[in-house]
Amino acid sequence: MSWPELAIVAFRVVATFALLLAVTLINVWAERKIVADMQSRIGPSRAGPWGMLQTLADGLKLFFKESVIPRKVELGMYLLAPFLAVIPAFLIFMMVPWGKPFMIGDYEVALQGADLNIGLLFILAMSAMAVYAVVLAGWSSGSKYPLLGGVRATAQAISYEAAMGLSMVAVVIFTATQGEAGTLSLAEIVERQAGTWGDVSPVLSFLPRWNIFPQIAAFIIFMIAIVAETNRAPFDLVEAEQELVGGFHTEYSGMRFAMFFLAEYINIFSMSAIAATLFLGGWAGPTFEGFLPGFISGLLPTIYFLIKTYAIVFIFFWLRATLPRLRYDQLMTFGWKRLIPAALAWLVVSTVAIGFRQFGAPWS
Amino acid sequence: MGDGTKKEQTEILDLWVAGSEEPEFQPTDEGAQEIASEETRGRLDTQFGRVVDDDYLFDDDVAEDERMIVNMGPQHPSTHGVLRLQIELEGEIIRRSKPIIGYLHTGMEKTAEQLTFGQGPTNVTRMDYLAPFHGELAYSLAVETLLDIDVPPRAAAIRVLMTELNRVSSHLVALATNGMDIGALSMMIYGFRERESILAFFEKTTGLRMNHNYIRPGGVVVDLPPGWKDDVAAILVDLRQRFVKYDDMLKENPIWLSRTKGVGIISPEEAIAFSITGPALRAAGVDWDIRKAFPYSGIENYEFDVPTRENGDVYDRYRVRIDEMWESLKIVEQVMDVMPKGDFRVGDRKITPPPRARIDESMEALIHHFKLFTEGFKVPPGETYVAVESPRGELGCYLVSDGEANPYRMHTRAPSFYNLQSLPIAMADSLMADTVATIASMDPVMGDVDR
Repeated sequence: MSWPELAIVAFRVVATFALLLAVTLINVWAERKIVADMQSRIGPSRAGPWGMLQTLADGLKLFFKESVIPRKVELGMYLLAPFLAVIPAFLIFMMVPWGKPFMIGDYEVALQGADLNIGLLFILAMSAMAVYAVVLAGWSSGSKYPLLGGVRATAQAISYEAAMGLSMVAVVIFTATQGEAGTLSLAEIVERQAGTWGDVSPVLSFLPRWNIFPQIAAFIIFMIAIVAETNRAPFDLVEAEQELVGGFHTEYSGMRFAMFFLAEYINIFSMSAIAATLFLGGWAGPTFEGFLPGFISGLLPTIYFLIKTYAIVFIFFWLRATLPRLRYDQLMTFGWKRLIPAALAWLVVSTVAIGFRQFGAPWS
Repeated sequence: MGDGTKKEQTEILDLWVAGSEEPEFQPTDEGAQEIASEETRGRLDTQFGRVVDDDYLFDDDVAEDERMIVNMGPQHPSTHGVLRLQIELEGEIIRRSKPIIGYLHTGMEKTAEQLTFGQGPTNVTRMDYLAPFHGELAYSLAVETLLDIDVPPRAAAIRVLMTELNRVSSHLVALATNGMDIGALSMMIYGFRERESILAFFEKTTGLRMNHNYIRPGGVVVDLPPGWKDDVAAILVDLRQRFVKYDDMLKENPIWLSRTKGVGIISPEEAIAFSITGPALRAAGVDWDIRKAFPYSGIENYEFDVPTRENGDVYDRYRVRIDEMWESLKIVEQVMDVMPKGDFRVGDRKITPPPRARIDESMEALIHHFKLFTEGFKVPPGETYVAVESPRGELGCYLVSDGEANPYRMHTRAPSFYNLQSLPIAMADSLMADTVATIASMDPVMGDVDR
């Protein structure tokens, strides 16, 4: 690997990292502001314009606070857990392409942390890793409420990971019919969603070629699963404040608590970004090359990506302001008896339909 | 409790048979002083929630170390103040629980003996701080019963107006906290938002948002402010619109239904055995309301229904509260229409202070004023018990006077205290998440419990 290539890799990683940090700061503020608006409150309004710097102020405060370590903790695991939460959260987003690749001289710069050809598998693996953080935090705290939170987290993650994976499989199989071969690379999946459905039928030429239209059921299942996967309302049993005080992070304070908090919001954004990539065409969209100056049409895909992602992030906030929390047994029932069968059924239906389209009816 | 045992236990034992908490003490029958039989004691223990009678509670295949005792409270986000619950958990299932109170004990009943009858409302208004008017009303009615006086019709109408508005504001808090404990965060803000409009009216009338000290023996302190009709009418219009929206949000919300239906069930027999009153009793299907049974302040002249439901679960308590708010608004509307003219307190200057202007003109008025505020008025010896229907149930005031200017003994029958006893029965064998729903639906106010 030559020096320019190394520099490009470094740039990609640093730029993705910076984007993620910036949007997380904004997300925390946006959630507080949006939910406040829905509840006819004001929300943060003091730090910076419209309180936008509130997250930064809170982060600084937590950074300088004492991190209390309770006497009964299992020290190693207790210290490790926050990192186990944050690192997978960052790594997941590294797979997501957040803009159109551009050329510098002879080198192509992809706006993506890393383009693995097994991107989707990596995402599943990392989101499964993130559960360890919650489980270990709960178990190692040596306290009862975190323990209950940790136990809940294990069950919840196992149940909803399956539904999430199954709905992804349906998309992957569908995407395989859109190009030469099947792919698990997110960059490739995005590129196959460019254009419109005009080639299927001229009536559909106004519809962008997004996976959500043929795979609407998979999209709904995926949405439900990622809300559960990120432990957000109405599936936020892991940190149900009214029952478990703080859930798994009850015994954490200062920067260690902030890391869990950061991981939660990074996960919301990266899961939304994955949903936008898999179903809403990622950064794909009209760039008006030729009409607009080069740098604007180069920037437009990133803007499309952010708009699509924030549309899904908004749903997260909306749910939180609207729905009551499910109970533990209801969560399990919903996961195993509704969501996973639905995901399996959709996988079969979608695959059979694709088979018919590709190869014709078996009797003909 | 399992369903089987519940049916056998239709006959509820007289609670007088119950003994004290000390183990060596034998529970005895009150009249005959006879020692209760083993069987009776067993049933009593079940009735009291000391023993949770259940098929799989004492399963042998559940190892001792799979049980966990969790202290919920006194500092916990959803124990409504400083209630402490000791919960025996098996996984997430509650096998036994025990409410522990006393963390907010302020000795208000004892304080009442040091205060004159005129100062008394300042004290009782701080007990149930979500329904201060009801506390004041119970106390004032008790004093008036001992004095054997009747308040003017306008005073009675103002009392009904204020207490019924207070019932709405208190139920709004109950709804808000109930919503929040189940995770419907917006419901909390909405409930408090609507309560604010009522509190604004209270502030305009009494000068304070809480702890009003407004209803006093002999009437009320001041007349309603000018323009009160417009204020109350605006509140009525606003609240009626909002209540419909609450129903939109929660009444048929599937998550809300699954979290509240069949949770924290209290059967009518249990409710009566535990002396539960208020919405919790009516949700269990017992049609009992002090306003109908022992009407006070002329509340029998207004038309209203007592909503009841059958199942006695969290959902029914929530529905009963909503229905009661509609009924209270109905009463408030009628009071607005018929509000009599006249004095807002009795003219007897031995009991109520003279108007400020009279003090400058009349020597007697000055003397009355001085005497009232230095030693208070004397109340003939006797004892009485007067109860009003507070938002939480029967709020009674037992008052003994020995002829002095302050009570010999004041005791409050606090509904929250009695309602809290039922928690072990209501929560047995439910999930951890149901505890908070059940506690919130009983709507305890710890100031009321500990006094």
